[in-house]
Amino acid sequence: MEKRVVVTGIGLVTPLGIGVEETWSALVAGKSGVGEITRFDATGYNTRIAAEVKGFNPEDFMPKKDAKRTEHFIAYSIAASRMALEDARLTIDAANGPRIGVLTGCGLGGLNMLEITARTVDTAGPKRVSPFFIPMLIGNMAAGMISIQFGAKGPNASVATACAAGAHAIGDAFDLIRYGKADAMITGGVESVVTRTCIAGFGAMKALSTRNDDPRKASRPFDKDRDGFVVGEGSGILILESLEHALERGAHIYAEMAGYGMSGDGYHMTSPPPDGEGAARCMQAAIDDAGIQPTQIDYINAHGTSTPLNDLYETRAIKMMFGDQAHKVPISSTKSMTGHLLGGAGGIETVFTALVIQHGILPPTINLDNPGEECDLDYVPHTARKKEVTYAMTNSFGFGGTNASLILKKFTQ
Amino acid sequence: MSVEDKVKKIIAEKLSVDLEEVVPEASFVDDLGADSLDLVELIMSMEEEFDIDISDEDAEKLVTVQNAIDYIKAH
Repeated sequence: MEKRVVVTGIGLVTPLGIGVEETWSALVAGKSGVGEITRFDATGYNTRIAAEVKGFNPEDFMPKKDAKRTEHFIAYSIAASRMALEDARLTIDAANGPRIGVLTGCGLGGLNMLEITARTVDTAGPKRVSPFFIPMLIGNMAAGMISIQFGAKGPNASVATACAAGAHAIGDAFDLIRYGKADAMITGGVESVVTRTCIAGFGAMKALSTRNDDPRKASRPFDKDRDGFVVGEGSGILILESLEHALERGAHIYAEMAGYGMSGDGYHMTSPPPDGEGAARCMQAAIDDAGIQPTQIDYINAHGTSTPLNDLYETRAIKMMFGDQAHKVPISSTKSMTGHLLGGAGGIETVFTALVIQHGILPPTINLDNPGEECDLDYVPHTARKKEVTYAMTNSFGFGGTNASLILKKFTQ
Repeated sequence: MSVEDKVKKIIAEKLSVDLEEVVPEASFVDDLGADSLDLVELIMSMEEEFDIDISDEDAEKLVTVQNAIDYIKAH
């Protein structure tokens, strides 16, 4: 028999703040986390802006020695996991540890370390390569280090589906609990790639905004003048557990996990199909999984990257999927404020979706001054809105044509 | 800075321990908490600092702080 699965803890490290409260209040206030790149000298790059995490000290969240041997992405995920576990008041010990797992999503891994190491090989030779290079490069080291830090010895895995990785990780963790393979999961997404090769690489694809003179206006999903996404970094982690496990502990429940849909475009390496049919099938699969009708969805946290193609095709997908209802459901892209966290996006946006249900407030899509052609849905422009939400959906789509949609539901016994 | 002090400083830094803990008889693994990756990094750092090559065979024999100091002084 399938088990019901609920969200009982959340943790965030984002360009808007370290912690859930700081991030959520900035999100509701419509603040942008985008600024000039400080991680490296971006002179000569077409894009010189990013949404960086500010004021993060890894030693606040882990022993000094571990802080030294972890890349940013790993440190962010450990920090968000610590917050989520404390929020859930979930204590992991030798008895329950094997039934609590970790499943994280990460699109690119430790690119910064890869760049440093490539330079070391070239200038000093292969014998000078750090033994910590590979451990700091591989994306699943986030899940590994979370497990080591907190003693979660159940299923341990990582998803690498580009910008859908965080959402797939959470969906897969949801399935593991549903089908009885774990009682609880620490899950979400993480990314930290404000690095030379990343900014140059996405820049070469013409995927990034070049609005360098006005960083806070650069991420403008669904707007006529959108010119690409802004690279963001950070981590969003949730504690999922079976309902019975949560009730037994008397845990606070943010929301119930109601549906998980996946699909593949089978179309192009980086472009979604123009009619949005892959994304539409993904949303339909999530709605079917939840056993509801499209009319019951009260809010959509869009993938909404601020690229010309994504926002148009996602809008078409929502119209294909929802029909006449498409104009009635409020949709927002929080990437307008956080930037695009790539593999971390699904993590923070699922946390946001849980908070939408908890607080009955929809965060806005900022910078949406003049809607783009065909972008005529209700994107909650500029300011947050109060709304009672029972079912909320969050979308994540990735290069390779990989799609994930999650539906969360207000919890009732 | 003497060779001894330099070696101790590298060990403290690479193993993230206090300098006071780096006493001559301290074992890298048993007393200072080093794992296999730490040991590789430590050897590399000493090679770099003192501009020497430490063979894998020799590296295996460097178990304590005193071993390392003696080795560096002899080479």
